Amino acid sequence: MTITDKTADVPAPRSGEEKSGRLLDVKDLHVEFHTRDGVVKAVNGVNYSVDAGETLAVLGESGSGKSVTAQAIMGILDMPPGKIPQGEILFRGQDMLKMSNEERRKIRGRKIAMIFQDALSSLNPVLSVGYQLGEMFRVHDGLSRKEAKAKSIELMDRVKIPAAKERVNDYPHQFSGGMRQRIMIAMALALEPDLIIADEPTTALDVTVQAQVMDLLAELQREYNMGLILITHDLGVVADVADKIAVMYAGRIVETAPVHELYKRPAHPYTRGLLDSIPRLDQKGHELYAIKGLPPNLLKIPSGCAFNPRCPKATDICRTEVPPLVPVTEQDGAELVGRGSACHFWKETIHG
Amino acid sequence: MPDATKTTAAEAVAETPVAAKVVDGGEASGKPRSLWGDAWRDLRRRPLFVISAALIVVLILVAAFPGLFTDANPESGDLQNHFLEKPNLGHFFQADWFGYDRQGRSIYARVIFGARNSIMVGLGVTILVTAFGGLVGMLAGYFGGFWDSLLSRIVDVFFGIPFLLGAMVVLNAFTDRTAMVIIGALAFLGWTQIARVMRGAVITTKHADYVMAAKALGAGTGRILFRHILPNALAPVIVVATISLGTYIVAESTLSFLGLGFGNDSFSWGSDISDALNDIRNNPHTLIFPAGMLSITVLAFIMMGDAVREALDPKLR
Repeated sequence: MTITDKTADVPAPRSGEEKSGRLLDVKDLHVEFHTRDGVVKAVNGVNYSVDAGETLAVLGESGSGKSVTAQAIMGILDMPPGKIPQGEILFRGQDMLKMSNEERRKIRGRKIAMIFQDALSSLNPVLSVGYQLGEMFRVHDGLSRKEAKAKSIELMDRVKIPAAKERVNDYPHQFSGGMRQRIMIAMALALEPDLIIADEPTTALDVTVQAQVMDLLAELQREYNMGLILITHDLGVVADVADKIAVMYAGRIVETAPVHELYKRPAHPYTRGLLDSIPRLDQKGHELYAIKGLPPNLLKIPSGCAFNPRCPKATDICRTEVPPLVPVTEQDGAELVGRGSACHFWKETIHG
Repeated sequence: MPDATKTTAAEAVAETPVAAKVVDGGEASGKPRSLWGDAWRDLRRRPLFVISAALIVVLILVAAFPGLFTDANPESGDLQNHFLEKPNLGHFFQADWFGYDRQGRSIYARVIFGARNSIMVGLGVTILVTAFGGLVGMLAGYFGGFWDSLLSRIVDVFFGIPFLLGAMVVLNAFTDRTAMVIIGALAFLGWTQIARVMRGAVITTKHADYVMAAKALGAGTGRILFRHILPNALAPVIVVATISLGTYIVAESTLSFLGLGFGNDSFSWGSDISDALNDIRNNPHTLIFPAGMLSITVLAFIMMGDAVREALDPKLR
């Protein structure tokens, strides 16, 4: 069960993309929801990619489209009302949007797995934890009940659940929140997928447990050399774990950067606003900064840059022209690897 | 109206584990506790359940092995010796315990032998209705859209047919009314209620996060339906099925009473009640015993249904 033989059983056709090494490449993805009130444009041209062993953090407010993007990748969007009018989701070079339902189902769980936010409601209350873990092996690998149970216990040990053997037949409500999230992680890890999407995995947990769960996730990711997409709105969680960050706003990526670069020098006013709104000890007694206004209504996204009504630096061009995601460079023109910003005034924002 | 009840029932089921945890106080009792396990522990301590379960066990024994309870032949009467003889309440389990009817047949034996048809019809209809109605409701609820509209309209059409009147019309078309025919006729008209309850329960369950999670981890439609949704949607269906079992028994007796159920060559409390009507005043015992047995049977199943509902729905406590 090493990484090498796992990659070996991936469907053969992947000649050209081997060079680029992209595990997952999302290209110009659009997702809309057709509702009674009109078309909600939840995702408007998202591009991001993840390599094996890499952690991409997708950062954004509620409603910025980060979870919808993840659901589109997993293929668990409710369609209708959801619709993907354009875009590509390449997994090892194959466009998953063109695959049949059956092909996609085989990828789910085995190649790409997902961890959900609320572990209590994500576990079936009438089935024991051992059964639900074992289900992964029985469905995908055709193991017997007994073998699956043994594997489940092993997995529970893996994610450091104490007394796994005794607790394997317990039901979800008998576990604490942190333990439940560990079980969710164990389920996602069960078949050693190539990519894990964690949708706000620690939001429902208290702070001390958050750190434990994130450490566990990071450790397991390193061990299995998986790609990890971490969806969160918590800048604190991101800093320790992620390799690179994509900041989303109103269904678009407004800034991409390696993690420490982003904290040091944000190149988009929205990112700057987010960073400024983190409480800091040295500013005790000062009023905490907050980005003015509300996230845009996705039924009518503002023309031009979606952030312009809330942006302190907005000018006329921001109201008329949508800024493309352009590469960010040093003042002398030297390239900054992996950095991009969708702001007309990125130069002023990063250097000024 | 029915929508409201079934939604609360389904929600309550979803919350049962939480409630159980509170009661448990987080103290590990050593044994894993499932929803059904909890319900069972709860039921065993309920007098209502214990009494009704005991009654039902006895009734099922009577239905399965009537010979254990009486030696008398329910069919052969002796007009000369036993014509309308009054009950002899001291003679437990003997042929003359409940007296004799107009043909000189032992009422006790007839009551005992009549149990089989009633219980068989009750159980048979319930099983058919739960299987078929449950399946239709589950498919309508899970797939939604076109299928939901189609199946729900079919349900509405059947729901519009008056149960008893419809059964009379259907049974009138048969001359040889065996148990199978009666079960078929009642199930044909009675499956809609379960279908509606199941549809509602499946709709509330299918949006649960764990269904989404199961999908995201690669479960197929069949597994999601039968492993993840069905067990969570089953509780309100079981409650309705248990309670309506009693009403199917009543329906069978009513039909037999009207001469559209079991014929004279078979035993039915309903047809015995019908026979007794001729002289209730002089010989009330010919009515009281079959009618009493019918009431006790129906009561047992309805009490059982109530007990199960309370065990599965902690909000009612």
